[in-house]
Amino acid sequence: MKTYSRIALLFTFAATGCFWSGCANVQPWERAALADYSMRPDRDPLMTAMSEHIYFSREASSGGRGVGGSGCGCN
Amino acid sequence: MWSQNRKIILGLTGWFAIAVLALADVKVGAPFPDLETFGLEGTLPAREGRVVMVDFWATWCAPCKASFPAYSAMQKELADRGLTIVAVSVDKQREPYAEFVKKFAPDFVTVRDGGQKLVSAMKVPGMPTCYLIDRKGVLRVIHSGFHGDASVRELREEITRLLEEKS
Repeated sequence: MKTYSRIALLFTFAATGCFWSGCANVQPWERAALADYSMRPDRDPLMTAMSEHIYFSREASSGGRGVGGSGCGCN
Repeated sequence: MWSQNRKIILGLTGWFAIAVLALADVKVGAPFPDLETFGLEGTLPAREGRVVMVDFWATWCAPCKASFPAYSAMQKELADRGLTIVAVSVDKQREPYAEFVKKFAPDFVTVRDGGQKLVSAMKVPGMPTCYLIDRKGVLRVIHSGFHGDASVRELREEITRLLEEKS
């Protein structure tokens, strides 16, 4: 019985830990800051061009920058 | 020892159950919450006996703003038949909201949920989202997103169906 109760207690605390993790969803109505222009990865055309140039020089390839960025996630 | 542990486990289980219930949002077929109780900024129109479309929007949401001309046209066309559109802005800051409303001057009522109490209570699935409420105050349709003509067509069909129902 003692072992069983310890396992149950351990399981409960583990489950509690999962619920209290540091991850949190940003709700759709809380995304004003994410939609701001300054959050865009391509907000500076010159910087984007320079980054592309450096990447091409080092890797002998270009493109592949289609990663997820900012935005309000609308629609 | 076991008795104490059982109490802790039962307590935590109860706490989780309450938390899950508290997360429950308003479902289709249930009465829509009274808008007067959420401290919205602005004057709400008379809604009794009318089909109401509550639209959640924000100035930082491009599709929300794109929907305004279509909703203005719908409000103009269907007001006499009993449609009332209430656009609830979820902007925390007043300035961008006031500026946009002044510039666009929509033909429907706009209010601001600056404290985001109503939108939090409704657990809006995305921006924009429209809630269609029948003449009895029951939530009938949840329409998420705005995809131009397709959305307008769907909303118009749903609204027309609700307008044709007897109160």
